[in-house]
Amino acid sequence: MTDALLEVRDLKVEFKTEDGVVAAVNGVSFWVAPGETLAIVGESGSGKSVSALSVMGLIDKPGRISGGDILFAGQSLLALSERDYRRLRGGDLAMIFQDPLSSLNPAFRVGDQIAEALLTHTYEKKDAARRRAATLLADVGIPQAGDRARDYPHQFSGGMRQRAMIAMAIANKPKLLIADEPTTALDVTIQAQVLEVLQAAQQETDAAMLLITHDLGVVAGIADRVAVMYAGRIVEEGTLDEVFYESRHPYTLGLLNSLPRLDSDRSRPLRTIPGTPPSVLSLPPGCALAPRCPYVQDRCRTERPELEAVGPETHRSACFRSAELPALAAALEEVPSS
Amino acid sequence: MSSEYPGSRPQDRLTHQERVRESAAGGLAAAGSSGLLDTSVESDDAYAVGEPVRSQWRLVVRRFLRHKLAVISLVILLLLGAMAVFASSISPYEFNPTLDAATLKEARQSPSWEHLAGTDKLGRDQFTRVLFALQKSLLVGLGVAFLSVVIGVIVGSLAGYYGGWVDQAMMRITDLVLVLPALAVLLILASNQNPSFFGLFDLPPATEVSGMILIIAILGWMPMARIVRGEYLSLREKEYVEAAIAAGAPARRIILRHLLPNTIGAIVVFGTLAVGLAIITEATLSFLGAGIQLPDVSLGNLISDAESTVGTDLAYLIFFPGLMLFLVVLCVNFVGDGLRDALDPRAVR
Repeated sequence: MTDALLEVRDLKVEFKTEDGVVAAVNGVSFWVAPGETLAIVGESGSGKSVSALSVMGLIDKPGRISGGDILFAGQSLLALSERDYRRLRGGDLAMIFQDPLSSLNPAFRVGDQIAEALLTHTYEKKDAARRRAATLLADVGIPQAGDRARDYPHQFSGGMRQRAMIAMAIANKPKLLIADEPTTALDVTIQAQVLEVLQAAQQETDAAMLLITHDLGVVAGIADRVAVMYAGRIVEEGTLDEVFYESRHPYTLGLLNSLPRLDSDRSRPLRTIPGTPPSVLSLPPGCALAPRCPYVQDRCRTERPELEAVGPETHRSACFRSAELPALAAALEEVPSS
Repeated sequence: MSSEYPGSRPQDRLTHQERVRESAAGGLAAAGSSGLLDTSVESDDAYAVGEPVRSQWRLVVRRFLRHKLAVISLVILLLLGAMAVFASSISPYEFNPTLDAATLKEARQSPSWEHLAGTDKLGRDQFTRVLFALQKSLLVGLGVAFLSVVIGVIVGSLAGYYGGWVDQAMMRITDLVLVLPALAVLLILASNQNPSFFGLFDLPPATEVSGMILIIAILGWMPMARIVRGEYLSLREKEYVEAAIAAGAPARRIILRHLLPNTIGAIVVFGTLAVGLAIITEATLSFLGAGIQLPDVSLGNLISDAESTVGTDLAYLIFFPGLMLFLVVLCVNFVGDGLRDALDPRAVR
């Protein structure tokens, strides 16, 4: 953990709403090292995007970071002035947004928008920045990049726009790349291509990547480590293999079970997680998953499990029954679901 | 904006086969191959020339040209504008000739080829006077449109971008000016012979074109401010603005590059309609006796001057300046309509 580029410690983010204060992120800690990809997985409202926006310093009113610290290259980002923060954004910290359709300004040529990112941080001459922009577009796999750089966003397809966004994000060789649902708005066929480009770009720049997604397929494709979030907390984290193949948290198991597989029995309906996520306005006193958990015990309803080591290395889980979980899950598998 | 991407010159044109090979080689594989890390790498590969690039403005022009009424109106306006600008070369008469016996002899003539709009009681050619009046009116219209757009955009930009107390302050000022009884305030301002800014510095009196512009614009920028603020509020939520903030762009650039250009449609349309409104307002003020005074002519004071001829055989004197006012404002509004359609990004291309 000493070589972590980004370290988030016990981050708490609240939003003031008319119904009261919502704790969107409630004591989350994670870290990423250079060249590594950490995937943060969770369903809508689990706090994954808010965590990413906190790192970028883009939490706007009525939200605020109410606790914890964010260290980037050993320096606290929360202590930065707005001006210094702005210098980091787009430079060492880059972000790719979910919707490529609306992430490009319709009024400007794609090449000019990438050139602008360059001019903000590393380039001074417009001509050179434009040439570099065309190269970047070629690098992310836009054919005839020199000409396409002069196109407007509406002349690009969705996949090409997301490539352009990746080109823009890596333009200044960021040390940390945050991708917030980078493929959600794309066709499945395009998703794989865009992920490849994203991964290639990361490898070239040796950037640390924070991948925010709800798509476990994407995670399996490119993540090194995985953190699973539920109701504003991390419930399980570990390497990709640990989390995927030796899951020690009922929520992770539920997510994995709800995925269709090529080898699964197609006559059986997919197993879903019963119930809905709790309202972050009124979290249950114990484990947030308790009302939906098939393995729930009395203790789970009153006491909240902490994230504790369950494996030899980095594997950690926040479940009282994490040790017996593999056996429990196997037992449940025997009973045909109704 | 149109220039400087490498490989877009015609001599770089490749054959179709070469192009296919090029794009096959330069597809996904390129992501891993060329040096992202090396700042010095700039594209020098010759890419094939694809489809001709169609600029946004060309699309706008094309859509505008489809709006027949607007195009006709624009042609009429340009013609009238040219006539107003070159009034002294077009017309053989002066608009304020020395009132000698020769001039007075021409008085009270009905429209003829000699005097297209007839002559007034003093023998002055009404057509010439209308042309010169049109000059003043157009000047006032354009000046007011420009000034109120500038004020409105600045106020609206500050309010819409910064929000919070800046927004509150700007919008309360806007509300304050909006609730003023415009005509009364305009009349008071325009009748003041030596207006000054709270006694700090002198303003040109409303009898001059510049004074007229100032007065009308000061009471006419509020809708622009509200429109711009509203547009910004919705644009701010767009991801490309968030992306620009995430890319470290300073406020000035976000406003000038991302917000303002995407508001240009609304601004142009408001500006156009403001021209028409300002011309009418000027005419109203002149008609009521404030503003530009005889012997200087404006459409308003020509109409006012000819008011007494209604019902007499000199009624043509009020007809021509009135017709001109009507024609100009109508055309301006049609052009505004055409622009609104042409600049609407949701319109079919």
